[in-house]
Amino acid sequence: MAKHEFSIPVVKSTLEIPPIQPGAMAHSSPFVAKAEHQQPLGFPGELVDNWKSVAIDKMEELLGKYRALPVFLDSCVKCGACTDKCHYYLGTGDPKNMPVARQDLLRSVYRRYFTVAGKYFPKLVGAVELTEEVIDDWYRYYHQCSECRRCSVYCPFGIDTAEITMAGREILASIGVGQKYANEIIGKVHKIGNNLGLPGPALINTLEGLEEEVEEEINVPVKFPLDQVGADVLLVTPSADFFAEPHVDGLIGYAKVFHQAGISWTLSSYASEAANFGIFIGNYENMQKVAERIRQAAIDLGVKRIVVGECGHAWRVAYSFWNTLIGPFDFLDPAYPTPQHICELTYDLLQQGQLKLDPAQNDDKVVTFHDSCNVSRGSRMGDTPGGQFTIPRALIRSACSHFVDMAPETTHEHTFCCGGGGGLLTDDLLELRVKGALPRVSALKRVIEEDGVTHMAAICAICKSQFSKVLPEYGMGMDMVVSVHQLIGDALVFESAQ
Amino acid sequence: MILGTVYAFLFLVAVFCLVVGVALRVIRYSRTPVPLVIPTTPAPTTTRGVVALMFREVVLFESLFKGSKWTWLFGWLFHFGLVVALLRHLRYFTEPVWQWVEVIQWVGLYGGGVMLFGLLGLWARRFLVDRVRYISAPSDHLMLALLVAIAGSGLAIKYGVHTDIVALKAFTRGLLVFDWQPLPAEPLLLIHLTLVIFLMVIFPFSKLLHAPGIFFSPTLTMKDTPREKRHSAPWADEINRSTLR
Repeated sequence: MAKHEFSIPVVKSTLEIPPIQPGAMAHSSPFVAKAEHQQPLGFPGELVDNWKSVAIDKMEELLGKYRALPVFLDSCVKCGACTDKCHYYLGTGDPKNMPVARQDLLRSVYRRYFTVAGKYFPKLVGAVELTEEVIDDWYRYYHQCSECRRCSVYCPFGIDTAEITMAGREILASIGVGQKYANEIIGKVHKIGNNLGLPGPALINTLEGLEEEVEEEINVPVKFPLDQVGADVLLVTPSADFFAEPHVDGLIGYAKVFHQAGISWTLSSYASEAANFGIFIGNYENMQKVAERIRQAAIDLGVKRIVVGECGHAWRVAYSFWNTLIGPFDFLDPAYPTPQHICELTYDLLQQGQLKLDPAQNDDKVVTFHDSCNVSRGSRMGDTPGGQFTIPRALIRSACSHFVDMAPETTHEHTFCCGGGGGLLTDDLLELRVKGALPRVSALKRVIEEDGVTHMAAICAICKSQFSKVLPEYGMGMDMVVSVHQLIGDALVFESAQ
Repeated sequence: MILGTVYAFLFLVAVFCLVVGVALRVIRYSRTPVPLVIPTTPAPTTTRGVVALMFREVVLFESLFKGSKWTWLFGWLFHFGLVVALLRHLRYFTEPVWQWVEVIQWVGLYGGGVMLFGLLGLWARRFLVDRVRYISAPSDHLMLALLVAIAGSGLAIKYGVHTDIVALKAFTRGLLVFDWQPLPAEPLLLIHLTLVIFLMVIFPFSKLLHAPGIFFSPTLTMKDTPREKRHSAPWADEINRSTLR
């Protein structure tokens, strides 16, 4: 694909709703999966001959499997409340990035083939035949949605475009038109155990390196155990935590917390990935298969608890779906929630007085917090609704003296996606990623100017990678982005346990 | 008399379409599994909490309020104008007229006007806001036209060309007991009734399905308790079992 030249949007500290610009992002489309990326996932290697009937049959199958689909496709009244809520619309002005218009790409076909009105009065109700052009539009615009669920917060019927996007992608994959980035990654997890295709020996190497590095720096023998049978805790974390910046500093933070709290823990080389791109492509079988490795690792290692590292969609899958996919967890200690988020674990330790933090260690920073979409709108932490907002903030406040929240219409359940979620964190979608980050960047710019914010903490591997890549495009430093557990780790006071 | 019989027949057909059509959709929704826990969080963790949330959504349009103040204002005025106007119409079906229906007659009259105002506001948005213009299909405009015509013809009968209320009531009361009575041959009344019949017929084939649909929306109606209680659907559990070793 030819590289599309584009200009970086002008950042204003108050976000403006752009006028519609039809076709503004019609050129944006990710690389299509090759046969070798499709087949291991159970999808046809290339566009099947009878793609039209296969697609319609698949749609019918999904309509019967997921209640959300017929309800959402029938219920939209086109009120327009969602039209200015998507970060990709706000960043690009392409009307097909308005959530309702994105849904309509599928809805118009649904109406044509599955409703009386669409069969007999297609023009009247905006129903269309399934054609190659429609398939192309699906492929383009279902890969301009990060499944962040922001639109569902404002919809009077709770219509969640993520569910529609997942169905759209599932249909596309089933006719042989999958997305290379996501499917290649899922294949690696099935084969090797993590998104990066990092084999066991490489993992050992990395972890040993980290042990040396940390000991050299703070003179404390913090361990990074792998495949330790009989450990209490299995930590499952996004594989980016093993080497990417600033993710790895988060991993170091988790290890320091475990060390100081005296909790025996281990990583697994079989299940060395918390991310589960199965959710992105909307395919239950693949999502289940990816999750199953974690259940198996927990049983094989004989752990009592499973803790999940900082990762947005992984936490949604773990918190909301694991019990369904790989539960019940009757082989784990019922005294702890399964799964438990690393932020929950650290928060509990702080509450119990088992950790001591010295916020002065982070006095060089004025920190703000980016709520990750899947954590905010697809999961929870702690015992009460909204714990996913209060717990990470409580951690940051314990570790830093200077904390500032961004504008309320951009935080908590109103948070904006970083622009790279939902399986779009690939360089063939760079323009989309840069433009989709605009709403968050605007809110960030405001706290930089008004409050002198120097760092933005996040609890998602995708957010961290995305911001590290796109903030420089807006003239902001890539090292502004930090892991919450980096702040914790830096502030942690090591007391010998005598 | 022929007019009365024709309209009685049309009303029966319309009621049949509405009831059976909506019932079929509701059965379809309720029989379709929800394989995963997908409330939009933060979400209630108790049934009581879900009931409270649904009350706020259905009665106050809470999410819409967060989404768009203008759409909320016009949409809420329309729906609740419609509700009181409908309640006011109960006087054509009850004998003696229930006390509270008597009491709300004056509110019901305002209801018609408020409903019309809300509808015109919603319609204006379909022309004035470029994003809403883009997503509007012909059927979206026609639906508003239909509702405006129903409200308009109703108000015109009340304030303009009065109809023979006593005869009309005999007709509507007769409908309830399958005893066809003559219908006053007033053009405005016939227009009003024809449009209402049409609305009832298209209800189960149109976006009006949002009315039953909201009660089946998993993002609104599900409890946020996936860790506490294992949720599953038969087809999904079959897949879960297949990977066990």
